[in-house]
Order: sequence, then structure tokens, then C-alpha cells
Amino acid sequence: MLIKKPSDIPTSEITSETTYFKRRSLLKSAGAIAGSAALFGCADGAASSASKPLGSSPQSPDTSEAAARLKYLPANKSMAASGLYTDETLTPEDDVKSYCNFYEFGTGKGDPKRYAHQMTTEPWSVLVDGAVGKPGKYGLEDLVKPHQLEERIYRFRCVEAWSMVVPWVGIPLASMIKQFEPTGSAKFVSFETLYRPDEMRGQRSAFGTIEWPYREGLRLDEAMHPLTLMVVGMYGKELPNQNGAPLRLMVPWKYGFKSIKSVVRIHFSEKQPATSWNILSPREYGFYSNVNPDVAHPRWSQATERRLPSTLLNQNRIATRPFNGYGDQVASLYSGMNLKRFF
Amino acid sequence: MNSNNSLAKSASALRWRSKPVVFLLLVLPFLFLLQQIFTGQLGPDPAEALSRQTGEWAIRMLFLTLLMTPLRRFTGKPLFVQQRRMIGLFAFFYALLHVLTFFWLYTAWQLSALLEEFVQRPYITVGLVAFIILCLLALTSSHAARRRLKRNWQRLHKFVYVAALLTVTHVWWQSRSDLTEAVVYAVILLLLMIARVPRINRAH
Repeated sequence: MLIKKPSDIPTSEITSETTYFKRRSLLKSAGAIAGSAALFGCADGAASSASKPLGSSPQSPDTSEAAARLKYLPANKSMAASGLYTDETLTPEDDVKSYCNFYEFGTGKGDPKRYAHQMTTEPWSVLVDGAVGKPGKYGLEDLVKPHQLEERIYRFRCVEAWSMVVPWVGIPLASMIKQFEPTGSAKFVSFETLYRPDEMRGQRSAFGTIEWPYREGLRLDEAMHPLTLMVVGMYGKELPNQNGAPLRLMVPWKYGFKSIKSVVRIHFSEKQPATSWNILSPREYGFYSNVNPDVAHPRWSQATERRLPSTLLNQNRIATRPFNGYGDQVASLYSGMNLKRFF
Repeated sequence: MNSNNSLAKSASALRWRSKPVVFLLLVLPFLFLLQQIFTGQLGPDPAEALSRQTGEWAIRMLFLTLLMTPLRRFTGKPLFVQQRRMIGLFAFFYALLHVLTFFWLYTAWQLSALLEEFVQRPYITVGLVAFIILCLLALTSSHAARRRLKRNWQRLHKFVYVAALLTVTHVWWQSRSDLTEAVVYAVILLLLMIARVPRINRAH
């Protein structure tokens, strides 16, 4: 496997104008903020006449290096108190792109990077249904365009006891949900990942035990929490396929598997939705799956985590915090609940 | 008589010539692991990479050991069984690396943490029991031990089948959602056992 040295990174960040304009441009969709001094990014997409929808066509794994830069409001220190920012060391971008759990492409950590380029992400639409005033099939652009993209620097804690720190770019899920006008009976939101066995080799596995498509869900108040983000990019650029392009969830106080990737359906319901890992093994994976060092998973102790990248000489093992360190922001959502029972 | 003698000689020569070759082949994965360690190719989570790879090589070596008896029976060549002990010792060696990796990178040499894992996580329990069996087999692998233990040596070394079964269980119980890997190992073990059924052997 080729691991890029830091000295290689600048090259990967250079996006030629042609490549850039060929790709769909988030700059345009998020054009509402054009001109703001807070803008980040190297080209002005508003000048682009290309009006391709958000997403990308099948490409070799390496072209993701040329992912278009996004324009967004950067996260900064003043946002630390609300949990939207952390000054912890970022996990290198290449590590986040090469060490993934995305079982639709295989169970090995390197499988998603190896195979996710086989997934077509253009065109991309999301089916919104259930207890909402504005159900329908939304093109990705229609979901992203009305909103300002924002950066969040979050800790990401996997149930396998490793963690990363990643700068995501996205839209607060709350803003997106308001767009759909949920009705009074909407108490839960559920999500589905793309089901396309032709392009997702893990879905073709004869001995797989997950019932596809992958499903996740949140209580409506969890979904509306300001920390909950619908992600379209990371490290200032569009999401690579292996990290859940073109649209994924990020719920930083829950174990990583709750943050469903490559979302094609958002459903609103009155009853608690079934979720993939909970269906598979309810003893191991609860609906809530809040990060909790006091509730051991049958496979892994959750008391500590390896903050990646770790090395053989320095494991970088740190104590895991309740709610992944976001207790100040989210603990009130669960007041009065027995978190050992509702794990 | 003369021809018998020279046959025996050449068989013995083949045995001694092939030993270093087999040794080098079996040590290659270890060199590959070292190369990954020293060139930083284990990725952002070397604990996961190292424990996975050492575990995989331990299983492969264990299965290779179990393949020698059927190969001898099907080909009639004693060469295979003559290599069996060394291959078995390599299986133990990779299993030892696997256990040390876990002890080092997952429990930070804390015996209490290791015991906790042993008690609370059945897949680790069966894995460690399999390793203890391999330890006993490795310790009693010398000709001297074989002579000393007499008939009990055979009985003891039959436990390699228990170790193999526990090893497959160790993989099976770890599978989070996709059983492909575990099924492949289980099928290989099943075939290795079928190849030992007396009637099948007699046919050859």
C-alpha cells in the first residue's frame, strides 16, 4: 500500500481548473455565502457554468485526491464550548481515507479505499418519506443548496475502541429536517444506505449476515441537536467514496456505526426504527449506542481507546469519556434514563 | 541391499536438503512483518494490523501442519511427515507472536487486563486455550520428549485437533457480520479431517 508522505500532500491539493469545473461544484450550491471574508477554498465555483448535481461518477481511487475544495464557514476556537470545535491533533487525512469500516465494500479496514470507487454517486437522490409535510425524492443539490456549509472538528469514536479527530464539512441535520416539515407524529428519524450489489461487493457476500440496506436511526431530538451533522466533505474537500460520499451522517457522541454513510433515504416515524446492528445482535448493539466507558461491549472493553494514528512504540491509548466528551452538550437528552439498560 | 541403502541415503539427503528450504519459506511471513514494522507500513492502527496478520499466519501454519499426514498418505512420500514437526513449531511461533501482540498492544502487559479479557470474552478464552495446547505440543516436540512420554505422546499430540477446532471457533466468534473468512477456515479444517477418515485413506 502506498502511504503518502506529508511532502506529497500539496500536489494532491492542486485541482486543475478543468477537473474542477468538470466536477459538480459545491461552491455554487453554497453560493449564498459568496463574498464572505470567512470563505475558504481556492476557486470561485459561482463562476462555473457547469451545473452538474453534487456527487461524482465512478473514478479510480486516486482521483479522489483531486476532490474539489469546498467553501464553508471554518470551525474556530470560539466554538469549542459548544462542542463544534476541538484543538486536539487532527488525524492525518490519508489515515481517515485508508482506515475505514464500510462493510458494503468488505470487512477489512483497507477494503473501502480499495473498492469504493466502484460506487456511482452521480446522480444522487434521497427519498424523504413518512411523517413529513414535504415528502419526495430530493436531488442532492436541493438538499445542500439552501444551506450554508459549516466545518466541525469532532472526535470520532468507533465501537472497536479506536478513535480519530476529523474536520467535517456539512449542514446541521436540524436545518435539513426543517426543510421537510416533519409532522407532530414524527418522533424518530431513520436513514438507509445505498443498496447496489453491482457496485458494492460486500452486499454480494454469500456469508454476510447484515440485512441490506444498512439502516440507522435517531430520536428526533437527537437528530435536531446542533452537534448532529449531515456531512458532504472532510478536510475542506468533497467526501471520498470510502468515507460515505456524497452524504453521510455524523453524530459525534455515539459510536461510529450510528453515523451512516452514503444516505439515500430519510424516513420519519412515530415508532423507534429498526437499526442494522441492533437487528443482528441486540445484546451487543443498542439503539442508542452512546459512547459509554462504563458499559463494556461483549467484544471490546470501552474504558479506553487508541487515538489514531497510533504506533507500536506509542499506542496513544487514552481514557474514553462518557458521550465521547460531549456530555455537557447532550447528557440532558438522556436525563432520567438508565444508560446501562438503554445502551 | 546396496540399492536399498542408496535409496535410503538419497531420501535422507532430500530430507536434509529440503529442511532449510522449508525453513526459509516459513520464516518469510515473519520477515515480511518485520519489513512492515520498520518501514511504517502497518498503517494508522498497527495493533489491529499486527494482531490480524500474526493470527492469520498462525492459522495457516497450523493447517499446513495438518495437511502433511494426508499428503504423505496420498502420495506415499515420507518427506511430508518429516517436515511436519518444523511446520508445527512455526505454527506455535506465529501463535506466540499473536498472543504477545495482544498482550503488548491490547492489554499493555497488564496481567489483570489479560485475565479480564480471558474471563469476559469467550473468543479470547478459546483462543488462549488453543495457544496453551500449542505450547504443550511445542514443549514436547523433541525426540527425547517423545521417547520419555511413550504412548502418552500420541495421546497428547492428538490435541492438535482440539487446538484447530478452537482456533476456527476463535475466528467464528469474532466475525461481526460477515462469516466468509470463518466459513473458509471451517471448510478447510473439515476437509483436513475428512482426509483422515480410514476408508478414504485405504483407497490409496
